Amino acid sequence: MKWLGIALIAGSLLLPPLLAGDFYVNLASQILIASIFALSLNLLVGFGGMTSLGHASYLGVAAYISALLTSKYGIGHGAAAAISISGTIAMAAFFGVIALRASGLGFLMITLALSQVLWGLAYRMSNVTNGDNGITGLTRPAPFGISLDNPVSFYWFVLIVTVAAFVMMTMFVSSAFGSSLKGVRDQPRRMAALGFNPWLIRWITFIYAGFWGGIAGLLYVYYHKYIHPSSLSTTSSAEALLGVIAGGSGTLGGPVAGAALVLLLKNYASAYIERWNMLLGFVFLFIVLVMPRGIVPGVSRLVTSLREGSR
Amino acid sequence: MTAPVSDHALEVVNLKKTFGGLTVTQNVSLTVRPGERRLIIGPNGAGKTTLFNQISGDLRPNSGAVRLFGADITYLPPYKRAHCGLARTYQIITLFASDTLEHNVTLGLLGLRKTRWQMWLPLSFYHDLASEARKILDAVGLLHLAAYPVSEIAYGEKRRAELAMALAQRPRVLLLDEPLAGLSNTERLTVKTLIASIPRETTLIMIEHDMDTALDLAETVTLLDYGRVIVDGERDAVIADPRTREVYLGG
Amino acid sequence: MQFWIIQGLNSLSLGGLLFLLSSGFSLIFGLMRLANLTHGAFFMLGTYFAAVALRSYEGLNIWVTAIGAGLIVAAIGGLFERLVLARLRTNPLGQVLVTLGMSFIISDACLMLWGGDSIPVPTPQSLQAPTRLFGFVFPTYRLVLVGCAAGAAIVLYVLMERTRLGAMIRAGVDDGQMARAVGIPVSRLFTLVFCLGAGIAGAGGVLGGPILSAYPGLDADMLPLALIVVILGGIGSLLGAFIGSFIIGFVYTFGTALFPELAYIILFLPMIFVIAFRPQGLFGRVLA
Repeated sequence: MKWLGIALIAGSLLLPPLLAGDFYVNLASQILIASIFALSLNLLVGFGGMTSLGHASYLGVAAYISALLTSKYGIGHGAAAAISISGTIAMAAFFGVIALRASGLGFLMITLALSQVLWGLAYRMSNVTNGDNGITGLTRPAPFGISLDNPVSFYWFVLIVTVAAFVMMTMFVSSAFGSSLKGVRDQPRRMAALGFNPWLIRWITFIYAGFWGGIAGLLYVYYHKYIHPSSLSTTSSAEALLGVIAGGSGTLGGPVAGAALVLLLKNYASAYIERWNMLLGFVFLFIVLVMPRGIVPGVSRLVTSLREGSR
Repeated sequence: MTAPVSDHALEVVNLKKTFGGLTVTQNVSLTVRPGERRLIIGPNGAGKTTLFNQISGDLRPNSGAVRLFGADITYLPPYKRAHCGLARTYQIITLFASDTLEHNVTLGLLGLRKTRWQMWLPLSFYHDLASEARKILDAVGLLHLAAYPVSEIAYGEKRRAELAMALAQRPRVLLLDEPLAGLSNTERLTVKTLIASIPRETTLIMIEHDMDTALDLAETVTLLDYGRVIVDGERDAVIADPRTREVYLGG
Repeated sequence: MQFWIIQGLNSLSLGGLLFLLSSGFSLIFGLMRLANLTHGAFFMLGTYFAAVALRSYEGLNIWVTAIGAGLIVAAIGGLFERLVLARLRTNPLGQVLVTLGMSFIISDACLMLWGGDSIPVPTPQSLQAPTRLFGFVFPTYRLVLVGCAAGAAIVLYVLMERTRLGAMIRAGVDDGQMARAVGIPVSRLFTLVFCLGAGIAGAGGVLGGPILSAYPGLDADMLPLALIVVILGGIGSLLGAFIGSFIIGFVYTFGTALFPELAYIILFLPMIFVIAFRPQGLFGRVLA
């Protein structure tokens, strides 16, 4: 049963470039990028118990640094990527120290305030970031000389990174450190009494989540070949959070399903409805009121109950 | 944590704690020798758990000192005290409800080991941790429940599990906060036998507000009331002391 | 010199507006432990209301408009609280997410109804002439705005400290369970406070109209300011919201005037300082 599921997933990942047209391959790439972003947020929300509304900061900062280095300073993609990620990690470390002075709603408010400050900066510092015009005319990297300009080769590139991200995050979550993270989420006082350092565990996780957020940011800017301050907006963070919650936090598959759903909704809804934000708002209300645990746990509970019913 | 060797396992010196205008701990001083079995009693509101919280680091005292084997731990964060050999159980169950019993004890073992920083290999890879956890569960008679999630085991078994987790740390000083609370008579006997079997390498300090239940486990007794030490000494002497009767029967 | 005086007055008026915005937010957070992310949108609704009403009806008084908007926004807030938030008492994360969702709904609705262009709000006729004091020229409306904020602060203070209602609210803030145990109708109080907070924000939006204009994105500009004020001043503390509002009013105004590109970073600095040294804010209590 499990192998069937894996085969289905592998199939749906490998088939698009072979069967579908460019539009769908591009859509699939976008879904994978959104998945990495949602998975990185879920490290904080689901496994760490720290709900952040400022995760777009890491996506946006990595994207902007790469965009600026490659377009304005002519730095090669390899070096630009390394500098972007280093910068993103440094920022995550700094933001983490500030945000982790609080927990729960205080933490949420601080992450929101910090990311809004970055968003405001992106708009205001127009001689650096081009403000509301965004930075256009960007290029994609060519690893080992292979061009990523066509949708199919880009898709394979994103798929490889996504699989690597998924595998590494799975390892992280099942490791001793991952168990200590979940422990701190559930019983921080008890964990401290056992000898674990709750602050340090949270801070390291915060940085690691920022790292993968940055990776998602690089893929994002490579895909769009364009970056705009709206990628740093609360809407951007909220979409990721919706993906995590709709899919089911605390699992690894949940955020992927949720991110896919949010992206598909966005793509199809915008064809019929002009007001994506309003729809997003209603979806938030719906999910929280009707399916608070998310879709993946809901479905798995359904499957379990069906299996149990048929015994 | 290299502590200078001292005669005393735990020393509390003139500890004071106020909340707003209320003084909850008033110049409390205690000395516990290594291997001792100390019982702290007192009516509700006497400040027993607050005292424990200052010893374990969950609360900061306003003044005074706490020393563990001579080392000053007064302002150390709780997790560092665990590394100095301190362990505690709580009045309310603080186990990891959705995890298995074995996983709970494994976490208890992991807290003091470098392995806890490992971010690559799955926890299940560490077979030695698992077998040690199972050995500890066996010692408290809970091995048959190792694979059950904590949420599915009985209250008395949870109390024993809490104890197992604390013992997994091989503590030098163990603080037990009302370990017998809410237990049926049979469960109480099982847990008491367990506590009685803890080796002398671990110094025991227990809180119970019901005098009779834990008395036979104690060698020495400290009586607290309104945040102050009223009587302190050998068990029989404290029981016979007229002030003890006053505290429990008087106002 | 005129420059500094003008910036000083602008700081005070921005501070006043921020107080109208954040006092409600602080009250709601303090009592209901709810970070109401819809708050910027409530403010914006007031501004749009002012823009539409004052441009359509020539002789309409801004004070009446403010009260009217306050009541309408309070009603919207109340409905939202009763129908949605009340169902999520045990789900604090869910509450935050629905307030976020609601803010998206309101802001998109405004965009849909009134378009993407900024709509200026006319300054009331009677206050258009500048005031001359001590040889300097002051825009009268801004002076009046500061007065309004001070007035609101006094009214709120009297409400909180001298009335039974205020005592019940403060009891609820200090210890919700205990308050329930002594018979305080905490649930109804929640609805009332939410309405009050939303209403003040709506009225504030009207009063801020002549200075800010109604535009899509006003909510996203105002909400982080409210957050920073409350983080700075401390949750649940009206005094903290008051002082925090004026600190941020000054920092933001002078920052934007002197270093326009870095204004956001300058905003951020007092917040970081306070969080680093006093995480509960200047006047807040440490939340359990």
